[in-house]
Amino acid sequence: METLMVILVGILISIGTYLILSKQLLRIVLGTSIVSHAVNLLLITSGGLKTGSAPLLGEKTAGFTDAIPQALILTAIVINFAVTALVLVLCYRAYQSFGTDDMEQLRGNEHE
Amino acid sequence: MSIFYTFMFLPIISAIFIPLLYKYLNRLVHIGWFVSLVPLSIFIYLLQYIPDVAAGDTYKYTISWIPSLDMNIISYVDGLSLLFGLLITGVGTLVIIYSIFYMSKIREALHNFYIYLLMFMGAMLGLVFSDHLLVLYGFWELTSVSSFLLISYWYERKSSRQGALKALLITVLGGFGMLAGFIMMIMMTDTYSIREMIANLDVIQNHTLFIPAMLCVLLGAFTKSAQFPFGIWLPDAMEAPTPVSSYLHSATMVKAGIYLVARMTPVFGGNSVWFWLVAGIGIITLLYGSLTALRQTDLKAMLAYSTISQLGLIMCLLGIGSLAVYFGPGESGTVFTVATFAALFHLFNHSTFKGTLFMVVGIIDHETGRRDIRYLGGLMQVMPITFTIALIGGLSMAGLPPFNGFLSKEMFFAAVNDVSQAGIFGLSNIGIMFPIIAWVASIFTFVYCMIFVFKTFGGQYRPEKLTRKVHEAPWGMLFSPIILGLLVIFIFFFPNVLGKYILTPALTSILPMMPISSYDVKISAWHGLNMELVMTIGVIAIGILLFKTTKRWLQALRNHTQGLTLNHLYNEGLSGMERFSVSLTNRYMTGSLRHYLIYIFSFFVIVLLGSLLLFHGIQFDFASNSAISIFDVGLVLGMIIAALTVLFASNRIMAIVALGALGYMVSMFFVIFLAPDLALTQMVVETVTTVLFLLCFYHLPKLKKSIERIPFKLTNLIISIAMGLTVTLLGLSANGHKLFEPITSFFENAYELAGAKNIVNAILVDFRGFDTMLEISVLAIAGLGVYILVHQRSKRREQRETE
Repeated sequence: METLMVILVGILISIGTYLILSKQLLRIVLGTSIVSHAVNLLLITSGGLKTGSAPLLGEKTAGFTDAIPQALILTAIVINFAVTALVLVLCYRAYQSFGTDDMEQLRGNEHE
Repeated sequence: MSIFYTFMFLPIISAIFIPLLYKYLNRLVHIGWFVSLVPLSIFIYLLQYIPDVAAGDTYKYTISWIPSLDMNIISYVDGLSLLFGLLITGVGTLVIIYSIFYMSKIREALHNFYIYLLMFMGAMLGLVFSDHLLVLYGFWELTSVSSFLLISYWYERKSSRQGALKALLITVLGGFGMLAGFIMMIMMTDTYSIREMIANLDVIQNHTLFIPAMLCVLLGAFTKSAQFPFGIWLPDAMEAPTPVSSYLHSATMVKAGIYLVARMTPVFGGNSVWFWLVAGIGIITLLYGSLTALRQTDLKAMLAYSTISQLGLIMCLLGIGSLAVYFGPGESGTVFTVATFAALFHLFNHSTFKGTLFMVVGIIDHETGRRDIRYLGGLMQVMPITFTIALIGGLSMAGLPPFNGFLSKEMFFAAVNDVSQAGIFGLSNIGIMFPIIAWVASIFTFVYCMIFVFKTFGGQYRPEKLTRKVHEAPWGMLFSPIILGLLVIFIFFFPNVLGKYILTPALTSILPMMPISSYDVKISAWHGLNMELVMTIGVIAIGILLFKTTKRWLQALRNHTQGLTLNHLYNEGLSGMERFSVSLTNRYMTGSLRHYLIYIFSFFVIVLLGSLLLFHGIQFDFASNSAISIFDVGLVLGMIIAALTVLFASNRIMAIVALGALGYMVSMFFVIFLAPDLALTQMVVETVTTVLFLLCFYHLPKLKKSIERIPFKLTNLIISIAMGLTVTLLGLSANGHKLFEPITSFFENAYELAGAKNIVNAILVDFRGFDTMLEISVLAIAGLGVYILVHQRSKRREQRETE
């Protein structure tokens, strides 16, 4: 299962990277979202999968699954959400100001 | 702190008080009078060392500076440093007296001038008395900096700024080289002291760093002393006020390199590389400088090239003198000891006559408003005293009796004749070149000296070409050149007084290994009819012939060598370097985000994949894998399909929806992996994000509702696949290697320690609450950012609407 997950993560990273390398602002934001999903999945995979029960002490069981990656991912999801929201508004504003979402045209002045 | 250091630091300390003096006293009296007391008192103080040093004593003084690093200001008074110390302070006093009459009290910013000059003087004194290599380097760079400030004294002129920049670039290049050489020497001997190095010569001479250290140190010496091909800064430094040219660029700073070579002779001397570099470069510089001096029409430029040429002569003599180290005590060694003595003698003589000549040029410039030889002539009648001084200096430089230049030139000829018969280091084949080049260069020297004196003072007096009404200079201005001129004649008649008290002790510091008898060099004006005298007569005869016929060849020489200058090479090199760096930077700093991301990703792949392969990090271990169910496979496939849909979507809504699907499938995974809190959060966040996406892109360009298909780029594909591969290999290798037990079991005590049954929540708010607090801050900052972005926009729109 872990091997399968790591391969999935690799594929997602490839797709995300390809999107990030494209020149449309929207695609770059989509790419970063995919990469962040991939990273979250990699984090939870690194803690070991499907061992024990959910980390709730009420359960009567021998062991719990690793709770630390879960806490880390929870933090990561929220931060990623905040950043995505900001970037989206920024894209929107950039489009409003410059009238394009093409990164090749958003280079700034040549002689700066 | 001893009285010695009070005098050593006197220039720098008194520089602090210059602005105060300038502010309150300059209206009453020229502040140069106060400044002149500084070098005068040091000169008098140094005079008292002469008897003891002549008797063979040396003095060592130390102040502790950074004792834990063994960095202490160690000063050492021996013959060589005393010779330089006397030159610096003696010529310094005369130059400052001269500058009192040269620099106007009203028009010039005198406080700047004297602060820089005192800074320079202090640096130069520190340089020659230092025994600690790094302290020596510090003073060395201080001379470069103060010289830079002095050259650009009239900073509103472009040529001054350019000359200063050039001098700084070249001398600092050499300075850094020298620092590297010093560090190598310190590494070899494990001491900072030059004297201790000389005491342990065999360590340094058998070390592999011997030659590199020598080359680096010589680079410093050659750039400072304007040797070929680094001499190009010196003529441009003539933009400085004339007292500065006279002091720095003839008598003191340019001799710092000479000092360094002389000081290092006991360490490096006796080696063939050292001999060929010092003597060879010296004699090339001699020829180059004298030939180029002929081409000049500006008097100061002519003197600058003549300084270069004379420094080459001294350097060549030092190189020949280093053979004494090779031969050691004995007859051959004694012969070459005389060459070193000649170097010191000419060093002293050059300071006297070149100082004189620069002051003469300053007087001419000051009184006529012209420095160009083509406008001058016939000044003999109007300025008889100046003419006499110029004649003394000029004939001394040309090497005629009864002036001191004659004696040192004779000794120079003797030295080159001796070296052509030395028969070592390949000298038996090409040693004969030394006397030939020296002789030819001496003819050129003779001719430009004649041009200098007789084109300026002889010939037709043409007052209409001059900008001022010419009259003799004031006595105050004539005082310093007269003193130096008298010294020129005095040394000719009594050379052995100077030799015994000043030069011989200096010789013992350069060649400490020779027996005392070999130091006993007698200079005599008439030394019999020999080869040297024949050569001198030849120089005079051919020189006069050439001078009489200058009209025929001088203009042709000037025209034919226009493009052949080293300056041209320097300028092209400098602008070429600038062009190269600009084009290089423009080539990779394209401004395109995609390019920068390609650099970043490629670096990531190369470093990570490279180190994985290099250190055999790719090792898989599938033993701890858990089982795969059919749900998992379905979800994995679903995610891949969703991600590919995002990639290939040609419709914006479709891409966003596919991304949402991807997010929901991630939360499904969290369910499968027993992470209920994550699943909940992911679900909610994904929903809000998708809504945001839709909201945002609803407002995006109306004409571009559908995005074009993602264009295929091979580079992007290769980099993306490499990135995915790297992450996969890293993940698989890392998963296979659990190095120690996880610390999760501690958090299973959540109920006992924190009173919570949900372990994840206990970690978030109790065990690791700080993370959560800062994460809340992130959210708050992002919220504020969004608000400000939106609000600002509306404000601008309002502005636009009101307009």
